[in-house]
Amino acid sequence: MLAALTRELLQSLRAALEALGAYSLFAARLFAELPRALLRFDLIVKQMYNAGALSLVIIMLSGLFVGMVLGLQGFDLLERFGSEDSLGTAAALGLLKELGPVVTALLFAGRAGTALASELGLMRATDQLAAMEMMAVDPVRRVVMPRFVGGLLSMPLLAAIFSLIGIFGAQLIGVQLMGVDSGQFWSQMRAAVEFGDVMEGVVKSCVFGVACSLVAVFEGYHSLPTAEGVGRATTRTVVTSSVVVLLLDYMLTAVML
Amino acid sequence: MVRVRDVHYRAGPRPIFEGLELDIPRGRITAVMGPSGTGKTTLLRLITGQLLADRGLVEVEGRDVAGMRRAEIYRMRRRMGMLFQNGALLTDLDVYENVAFPLREHTRLPERLLRHVVLAKLQAVGLRGAFRMMPAELSGGMARRVAIARAIVMDPELLIYDEPFVGLDPISLGVVLRLIRRLNDTLGLTSIVVSHDVREISLVADHCYLLSGGRMAAAGPPADLARSESDEVKQFMHGLPDGPVPFHYPAPDYVEQLRQVQ
Repeated sequence: MLAALTRELLQSLRAALEALGAYSLFAARLFAELPRALLRFDLIVKQMYNAGALSLVIIMLSGLFVGMVLGLQGFDLLERFGSEDSLGTAAALGLLKELGPVVTALLFAGRAGTALASELGLMRATDQLAAMEMMAVDPVRRVVMPRFVGGLLSMPLLAAIFSLIGIFGAQLIGVQLMGVDSGQFWSQMRAAVEFGDVMEGVVKSCVFGVACSLVAVFEGYHSLPTAEGVGRATTRTVVTSSVVVLLLDYMLTAVML
Repeated sequence: MVRVRDVHYRAGPRPIFEGLELDIPRGRITAVMGPSGTGKTTLLRLITGQLLADRGLVEVEGRDVAGMRRAEIYRMRRRMGMLFQNGALLTDLDVYENVAFPLREHTRLPERLLRHVVLAKLQAVGLRGAFRMMPAELSGGMARRVAIARAIVMDPELLIYDEPFVGLDPISLGVVLRLIRRLNDTLGLTSIVVSHDVREISLVADHCYLLSGGRMAAAGPPADLARSESDEVKQFMHGLPDGPVPFHYPAPDYVEQLRQVQ
């Protein structure tokens, strides 16, 4: 029983290491292709539209509601200590440093990541990638790279929009509904939020952008050419991206605090 | 143009080829036939460098494919065109852009010249009028013809068709058959057609190879194969349900298996 369990554990560990190795090799190849990919910026812009612009509505709506909830909860908490005027600072720091990058990354994985993975998986299943190979066109260079770069450039922009709309949502609830002084809300926020706080969010959203885009293109590109294979790749994209984002968030927070 | 000598290839534990030998002569239409699972598509992948043989020699234009570096394989493929079973058109591009795709990737032709070349190829397959349609709007036969236009847009020397007749209605099938013959003769191509549609292949091929059990079962003009006395060849050419390729997949005794379930 114990021997079987140990064997099972070792097999899982080996599979995890193999997956990590495959991810690392793929990432190394993508980064090596990066300078050449930037030369074809038209392809990247198209993918930024797919991954970024088409995710705007869900990001803005979610940002607004997260900000409104933050406004309600923050007001309730700060009022107990008589410091409800600090609501702007609390909401801004919470959104810029934490909620903005993390929630945007999770939404990005669910909306753009799954779209990327399923698109690449279907291209493989319908021989489109093989056809490119036969036309002497490298599918990694022509198909994967623009999607990867488009995704990683879109993420920080989406996270910034999320945080801005979130702060607006918190202001809507705190100032317009709960009666926090508008001057105090904005002036305390301006006084307390430093450049380093903003940069923490920017760094996080850039790292999450790389992670989510890498997971999506890796899973899609390596999916089995069947309906089940594409479905699995899509599911794995969401699950892996979410876990990786939360893990990286803890590590980055620990480093940057 | 293509020379295959003593090729062995295994897919996992299953041997696909055990000492396969064949030649594809220049300027002719060569058909590769055989029952499903005999490795017809695998042979194409070996010729195009998508797979490497475990043992043996695959030569294209006198050069061993196994010895080529990636860049050399890509250079070789620029002189080849391939038609996939389902067309494999890029679904996010319209017909015009699909045909223009190899030119845009490999050349810096001015837009006006590129347009002339693309429209000429579409005219050759009879679909110039459909140049703004998306792949999802095309019928199976039309998609196959667009894929042919894309395959010839770089003026290849070798054109490879993987199961070009599957799922086509009689009219589309006739069109594709005529296109294969006409393109081969007018453009001076060498064509390889992989198929198991005996009747259609017989109409268009100059020479046929019949693969079976990992080796060459028969070779010759289609008419000779049709008259062959070999059981293997007769079963395939006349579509007999039982023979050297058995109707039943290997299974344990029927009664014994029913008893086990009970």
